[in-house]
Amino acid sequence: MNLDELQEIAEQQREAEAPFEHRVQVCVAASCLSSRSDQVKNALEADVKARGLEHRCKVKGVGCMGLCAAGPLVEARGKHRTMYQNVTPEDAAAIVESLDKEPVERLVLPLEMPFFAGQKKIVLENSGEIDPEKIEDYIRVGGYESLIKALTTMSPLEVIEEVRKSGLRGRGGAGYPTGLKWSTVQKASSEDGKFVICNADEGDPGAFMDRSVLESDPHRVLEGMAIAAYAVGANRGYIYVRAEYPLAVKRLKDAIRQAERLGVLGNDICDTTFSLRIEIRLGAGAFVCGEETALIASIEGNRGQPRPRPPYPAQSGLWGKPTLINNVETYANIAPIIRNGGGWFAGIGTEKSKGTKVFALAGRVRNTGLIEVPMGITLREIVFQLGGGIPEERKFKAVQTGGPSGGCVPERYLDMPVDYESLASVGSIMGSGGMIVMDESSCMVDVAKFFMDFCRTESCGKCVPCRVGTVHMHELLSKISRGEAEWTDLELLERLCEMVRSTSLCGLGQSAPNPVASTLKYFRHEYAQHIRERLCDAGVCTISQPSEELAGVEL
Amino acid sequence: MQPFAGKPTPPSDDRRWKLVEAAMRKHGNEPSALIESLHSVQETFGYLDEGALRYVALSLRVPFSKVYGVSTFYHFFTLKPQGKHTCVVCSGTACYIKGAQKLIDTVTEEHGIQPGETTKDNQLSLLTARCVGACGLAPAVVFDGEVAGKVTAAGMRAWMSQWSAEPAAVQ
Repeated sequence: MNLDELQEIAEQQREAEAPFEHRVQVCVAASCLSSRSDQVKNALEADVKARGLEHRCKVKGVGCMGLCAAGPLVEARGKHRTMYQNVTPEDAAAIVESLDKEPVERLVLPLEMPFFAGQKKIVLENSGEIDPEKIEDYIRVGGYESLIKALTTMSPLEVIEEVRKSGLRGRGGAGYPTGLKWSTVQKASSEDGKFVICNADEGDPGAFMDRSVLESDPHRVLEGMAIAAYAVGANRGYIYVRAEYPLAVKRLKDAIRQAERLGVLGNDICDTTFSLRIEIRLGAGAFVCGEETALIASIEGNRGQPRPRPPYPAQSGLWGKPTLINNVETYANIAPIIRNGGGWFAGIGTEKSKGTKVFALAGRVRNTGLIEVPMGITLREIVFQLGGGIPEERKFKAVQTGGPSGGCVPERYLDMPVDYESLASVGSIMGSGGMIVMDESSCMVDVAKFFMDFCRTESCGKCVPCRVGTVHMHELLSKISRGEAEWTDLELLERLCEMVRSTSLCGLGQSAPNPVASTLKYFRHEYAQHIRERLCDAGVCTISQPSEELAGVEL
Repeated sequence: MQPFAGKPTPPSDDRRWKLVEAAMRKHGNEPSALIESLHSVQETFGYLDEGALRYVALSLRVPFSKVYGVSTFYHFFTLKPQGKHTCVVCSGTACYIKGAQKLIDTVTEEHGIQPGETTKDNQLSLLTARCVGACGLAPAVVFDGEVAGKVTAAGMRAWMSQWSAEPAAVQ
């Protein structure tokens, strides 16, 4: 498979689509599928056939179009370009009928709305455009050209330099400079072989960015991994996917098979001497396996228990070999960076946080779904413009970023530009991209307790600070929540936060106290109210015995 | 107890064990294939019982204690048979904020079971999952393997009433 052959396939695919005046694209990613978008697609196909329009209208399954709250989403392209929302199989006839006429008003979702217009798509540029189950469609939009460019016109070091220039930072949450990581693995001795691993164990509750990329554009990830493997000198790769994502697993397996058949994966890729075999490994419901050393332990067939670092996986990873681990979204940025150059990527975003970020907007906000925005956009724009604001005229309280390792950002920081440094400066983290909006109906003590409960059950148990610390902190938070705590309990909670943070073996324990610390910093009055007045303003916590004795004692 | 040397025999004559054998063989019967093998058993039989664990241990030449340790470490694996119908309520952050607890309470009210339990007539198992990745459609519930979004208490009751007319499942 060389560039000419690839472009020929692209041309063939374009020619195959050209005769169709109309295209009706139906989202077949997990969320819309759960709202029965497969039945919508079938109904549309049946209606097109019944009208004898098969040669003029193509019904196609595509990936995620972002606004999950309004699914199933269908996009009609032809005389007009229209996005339809909440489509049912019964709407098929009306939609097909409208292709030559005016759009079906009652179903229209305006494409000019900030949710769509405010995005800048790099990672998700093919999502909703191509059929994720056909490699030819990926090739039609330029897929695998970057891989060929890297393999035939660039040396591994040149590839790494381009990634370094881009300023891309790991999108899994820690934000480690990707070029630097690749460089470290490249330099490691390759006597016994090296590995590339894709961390698709998206365990953060509230995050589904990686899921969408894998279901909507799996080849983008494979291409990124292949370019990375070439750069660092690896010939074996693994994608570690959560078992909770069966559709992503299926699409990846099919994609790998198609890629191998076409010669863009496997032995002697694209007629070069570079070979890469990629396999899937399933997770089994352990959040800790998102941590790189625990993930490696899991691939090796063990319990997902982290190891002390150093040595880092770049030196000694899977089965002791130098291993590159990157997140799905990180890999998905690679092909465009090679295509357009690192400088192009560095031109987007802020000084220290380049490029775009995919966020999963969820919780008490109108437009829940996925958005991809340039780094540096403000939280206010995200929540109130793209997100459409808080429904039911409620009042914004906080936005939680970074999942169980992150913190809650209150109203006064809404105009802060979103990037790695700024979020860290207010006690939260970028994390993998989960953004949960909370309004006045949430109790921040309850939220802290929820996250601590999560960390407690997901703790692997290896180190004492995390294994015991999270249990103890959860007990204290429960006590506060029930209105049975004293001020000394709050002091103890704060001391435990510091202890667990500074002495835990891995990121899970180290960041488990973050939600507590963050809510204590910005919502201390809620804790005080639970302790002093035995009261939960939001009405969420079940106070065991509302008491009047301590009312009036000041903190 | 069977001798360690030689190919281990599956726990029963059930022909579905061939699927598990194939899965283990696909990964070269290596110790590192443990998690994939356990997935295969659970997918085929619905849960992991002691016989299955011992069989996998012998097939992959992994100590039984380790197999037991791995199968109890990961939340996805269950050592108890599931009911005829399963209802997994997602208790991730977005679903929690949108009222997942109420959905769990609805099941508890109607059938008296807590998460992790199965009704006495084996009709229904109630489970929770940390996040199924359908956060845009919170609260999400997986009914018999199919994800449903924007679920309400009424929706829960409607689903449960669908099969309440069925004869009780036989253990």
